[in-house]
Amino acid sequence: MSKIKTLPDFTKSPTIDQTSIIEKASRFQKRSIKKETKIFGLKLALNMIDLTTLEGKDTPSKVKQMCYKAQHMHDSYPDLPTAAAVCVYPSMVSIAKKEVKGSGVKVASVSTAFPAGQAPLSVKIDDTKFAVDSGADEIDMVISRGKFLNGDYNYVYDEIATIKEACGKARLKVILETGELGTFDKVRRASDIAIHAGADFIKTSTGKISPAATMPVTLVMLEAIKDHFYKTGKMVGMKPAGGISNAKLALHYLVMVNEVLGADWMNNTWFRFGASSLANDLLMQLEKQRTGIYQSSDYFSID
Amino acid sequence: MSTKTKNVSTKDLATESLSNNNGNGMQKNERLEVLKTYKVYIGGKFPRTESGRYYKPTNSKGEILGNICLSSRKDVRNSVVAARKAFTGWSGATAFNKSQILYRIAEMLETRKAQFIEEIVFQGSTEAEAKEEVAAAVETFVYYAGWADKFQQVFSSVNPVSGSYFNFSAYEPMGVVGIIAPENNSLLGLAQSIAPAIVGGNTVVVLASESKPLCSITLSEVFHTSDVPGGVINVLTGKLDELVSFFGSHMDVNAVSFHRESDKHLHTIQELAVDNIKRVKNYTPSTYKTEAETQNPYKIIDLQEVKTTWHPIEVIGASGSGY
Repeated sequence: MSKIKTLPDFTKSPTIDQTSIIEKASRFQKRSIKKETKIFGLKLALNMIDLTTLEGKDTPSKVKQMCYKAQHMHDSYPDLPTAAAVCVYPSMVSIAKKEVKGSGVKVASVSTAFPAGQAPLSVKIDDTKFAVDSGADEIDMVISRGKFLNGDYNYVYDEIATIKEACGKARLKVILETGELGTFDKVRRASDIAIHAGADFIKTSTGKISPAATMPVTLVMLEAIKDHFYKTGKMVGMKPAGGISNAKLALHYLVMVNEVLGADWMNNTWFRFGASSLANDLLMQLEKQRTGIYQSSDYFSID
Repeated sequence: MSTKTKNVSTKDLATESLSNNNGNGMQKNERLEVLKTYKVYIGGKFPRTESGRYYKPTNSKGEILGNICLSSRKDVRNSVVAARKAFTGWSGATAFNKSQILYRIAEMLETRKAQFIEEIVFQGSTEAEAKEEVAAAVETFVYYAGWADKFQQVFSSVNPVSGSYFNFSAYEPMGVVGIIAPENNSLLGLAQSIAPAIVGGNTVVVLASESKPLCSITLSEVFHTSDVPGGVINVLTGKLDELVSFFGSHMDVNAVSFHRESDKHLHTIQELAVDNIKRVKNYTPSTYKTEAETQNPYKIIDLQEVKTTWHPIEVIGASGSGY
């Protein structure tokens, strides 16, 4: 008798104690990180950024400028790392790919009718294939939140699995858009669905909805990753996106990842920040550490 | 209670309980007054100092004025961030709106006269001096409120050039201004240093008098209820000695307006200011007795940057040969 792979019953995903999660997340913010450790953390965070521009007004020049920034964060500071990736719309992938060639910076493309995801599956598959064919190394898809909230978990699961297939070699990040899910229980359930359906990364938000990433919601997702790892030994990456705009908060996130998932996740293969203004704040803090003088955004690139 | 903040009202309390002891033993309904905690004012909020440190300045009779926040460099940092955030909105506000808000400060100050007089007297002035100081502070805000929609016309210029250009110079606010407020004149000194800075569209981080800090926080409450947007005025209390270098070196502070009698501190600021070429304005501590000292539009211009524009014109004659 052939062994049929059965899906877990997603309605039985663990429930989340809201008070406890918020309290736990707040404790990660009380660590004191100074001197060398701080510099290490700031550089690491810089190296984990997906520099992002996802606007209707994006132009090839804007994308080129951002690609340059990803490789030259702040040239007056010696030996800075590059960003992890640039994140753009599918139509900009080929331009970005050319610009970052040879630098090690990856090109990520949103797809599946980002940000709403309100399109037929066939369109989403085409969207994804177009991005991959244009050279995207990573695909950031959105889940169908409407279907999810309707309880149609199988649809959501199948859709993610289908897109994963369309990705080919490109790594798949699945955006849950936690700001639209409403409760931590639902965030956990959506995380479990995405992970089982083959997500390489789970990502909090599109950045178009408020609230975007918060520490408690990220913690819920990290715990889903942790539970999956203990069960299967497979690692899944995490990408909080939106709303992380200062260096101090980024360091708090790193502390959280390190303490929940461990040192194996402390690199840009397994952890990313989806942000654009975060980069300059990290750079300003690095300069502050180097010179001892508080910095001004006047002396850093305008993105 | 002795460990809590002592201020004017503790004196009253003491006298009251004394007179109760002399009474006929009847139980008077005695009330423990709620004392005010003097905090700092950053970004439209009243937090305690980040450092958790306090100091206790005394008046000439040796009475403790209060537990006053001993601000640290991080309070300066947070204030500058708040001031920078508020700058775009405040500098872009219409002159009419700025004028209204400054006038509103005067109105609110007027209604809280009694409290300021009480504080100034407690800090060591006579009743008459205190009344005069509060009146002058109200006048200051009224005076500079009037300049909001006038200084641009009065000081801007159209310049004669020999070329096919229309050339004009206009004033723009410098940005975030650090104000080292006068050590004496704890209320009037603040009014005189803050009003000309903000009426020109700057946002400010103020270090209040170290020995007479009470009015600074009460004045912040006035700002807070006068529709001054959060972050436009930030007020810290503490020691200049500790904070001077951060006012001088901070790259995001565009100018420092210095009102103390301390060459040492002034020189520190001047040296550090070189890094981002901040403007340092030194004002000899004033007694604010003459009109030239208290009503002076050049104090607005001191914290303005001149922008000169060369606008090409096609036909030189069109501009009139005078330009």
